[in-house]
Amino acid sequence: MDNPKPKSRRNKLIGLIVVVVLLGLFVYSVADWHQLWKILSAPDNVPIVAMLFLMPFFTWLGIRQAAANDRLIGELESDPKLAKTHHRKVEPWRPGWAKELHVWPYLVRIEFLAAVIVTVVLYIWSITLNAPLEEPSNPNLTMNPSKAPWYFLGLQEMLVYFDPWIAGVVMPSIIMIGLMVFPYVDSNPLGNGYYTIRQRRFAVAMFGWGFLMWILLIFIGTFIRGPGWIWFWPGQTWDHNTVVFDRNRDLHEIVATIPGLGFIGSNWVAKMIFGAIVVGGFYVIGALFFHWLMKRGQFRFSYLVSPKKLRQWATVSDEFELKLLSKTSILQYMTFQFFAVSVLLAMPVKLFLRHVFTIKYVWVTPWFNI
Amino acid sequence: MDEPKDQKETKQLTGEKSDAGLVGRAKETAGALKDRAFEEAKEYKDPQQTQLWKSIFRVSHERSDPRNRSLAILSNVFLHLHPAKINRDAVRYQYTWGMGGITFYLFVVLTFTGVLLMFYYHPSKIVAFRDILYLEHDVPFGKLLRNMHRWAAHLMVITTWLHMFRVVLTGSYKKPREFNWCVGVVLLVLTLLLSFTGYLLPDDQLGFWAVTVGTNMARATPMLGNEGPFGAQLGLTPYNDVRFGLLGGSIVDANALLRAYIWHCIGIPLVASIFMAVHFWRIRKDGGISGPAPVMLESEMKVPKKK
Repeated sequence: MDNPKPKSRRNKLIGLIVVVVLLGLFVYSVADWHQLWKILSAPDNVPIVAMLFLMPFFTWLGIRQAAANDRLIGELESDPKLAKTHHRKVEPWRPGWAKELHVWPYLVRIEFLAAVIVTVVLYIWSITLNAPLEEPSNPNLTMNPSKAPWYFLGLQEMLVYFDPWIAGVVMPSIIMIGLMVFPYVDSNPLGNGYYTIRQRRFAVAMFGWGFLMWILLIFIGTFIRGPGWIWFWPGQTWDHNTVVFDRNRDLHEIVATIPGLGFIGSNWVAKMIFGAIVVGGFYVIGALFFHWLMKRGQFRFSYLVSPKKLRQWATVSDEFELKLLSKTSILQYMTFQFFAVSVLLAMPVKLFLRHVFTIKYVWVTPWFNI
Repeated sequence: MDEPKDQKETKQLTGEKSDAGLVGRAKETAGALKDRAFEEAKEYKDPQQTQLWKSIFRVSHERSDPRNRSLAILSNVFLHLHPAKINRDAVRYQYTWGMGGITFYLFVVLTFTGVLLMFYYHPSKIVAFRDILYLEHDVPFGKLLRNMHRWAAHLMVITTWLHMFRVVLTGSYKKPREFNWCVGVVLLVLTLLLSFTGYLLPDDQLGFWAVTVGTNMARATPMLGNEGPFGAQLGLTPYNDVRFGLLGGSIVDANALLRAYIWHCIGIPLVASIFMAVHFWRIRKDGGISGPAPVMLESEMKVPKKK
């Protein structure tokens, strides 16, 4: 390994300072450590607490290998002669080495070891932490908050932003089908069987964004939602008597207050047409956004302090990404856009609208509301 | 005086006339037997050469012979899931993170602990909760058993997600593995459903309300739930919609407990096993583990010519 360059050392120092400052602010803001500990140490919350550490670790593990491969790709890309003779892996290889190993014992022993380790971890976990058991079920005594198991708290949190038929049925179905079509809309032949970001910027970013959002929703559902599903910041006491004066309004009610646009809220037909236009417009703008995003080249954080470079990044399309786009069929493109706008964009936008503008529905009809 | 009966018989069998004394002859026979036993025991020093061993394992596992190493995998019903040889870099932990294998192992652990739990559990509203108390306080290692089942279930959800994450990062869902990715998505959903149906079984407040909240969403299914879009127009009521079908009633009660139990212990594991078989089979048929593959270059990518 090379010695760390002064610049990267400086970046690391800046990162460390940011982390320390954020941690300090968090510690300063915690008013009720007991409450925080109660949530963190609830046995059923252990998996999601573990996820908060496992996710960054495995992301780092993946990105580290991607970075190594990307460096190699860059080298080979600039040296066609080397590309012809190189074994094209970052793992060491010498002529004369067999490319394959016997599964017995080289793989089987690893599997055995893994099974032993998992068993030991499970034993320790099971001896130290008891599975929760509450009082006998009682339909007359509602638990408050009554929460789904942690892996479904993302869905439950979505109930805040969408009606049950969307949050509970349509969204999960779309997410499932969206995951299934993922390999079929990704027309990029590169990056098959090795870690890389350089060659698959957009695909990795889209999946990463969806995954992150899922974890964040679960995080909110687990740590932030208290009695009455009210928003309590970590460290705030879960007060059962808290009253929130939400003034959630529908979008058409806000727009109708603009002079001259009062007719929008006048009857259900007008409301419905208005909502349809808003949702339709959202799909068009969202699709344009993704179309723009999928042509972007590599983003560097240094662009943030250099407006000129940022502008160039935002306006000049990356050649490789354009190539990929030309390989994408219209059906693939449209399918991707549908799922991307419906889930990857609609979810955070609705979350934002609710929390920042306290908007409830954007499309109101007699049969369904969105 | 008559000879003892057994001695008479021995005489008749060997057909000898007793020259040496009785004790002397017994010593002779015992000595011969001992020598033979020692002789035979020498052969057992190598258990792999015994008839018993050979009948079980069918091939010798002589380490230095590459053919035997392959046969060790190919001729074993459990290991033949594997190829005889794999990519030398694929055994590195950091490529696969081992998450798929760990997920399967956890499924095995859950089946094992689950079967043991079934010995102590009745899916009936009257005794279900009491069974859990009994399990926790009276059954030897019952608490450990229940804890293990629960934590393995949670861990399995995590490892499934991480496995999916790894597959995306390595682009392993790409040609020709697209379909296997879809099978994997189904398995992910089945894992979540398995965990969810198990949540109700202790019949405590936690499970009861979690399942109440969960199944209330089914009420709102478009065209299938009584509160969903177009539900009322299609004549759906709380007594004939999809939620009624899931719960076996209009509230989470005895029938819901029984249904959750049967889905949890029989229905979903059965379906999941079938999908798992397909998942593992397809890994092999699609060319084994995806990598680490040699990197491809952007300059080598073919672009269709514009017409």
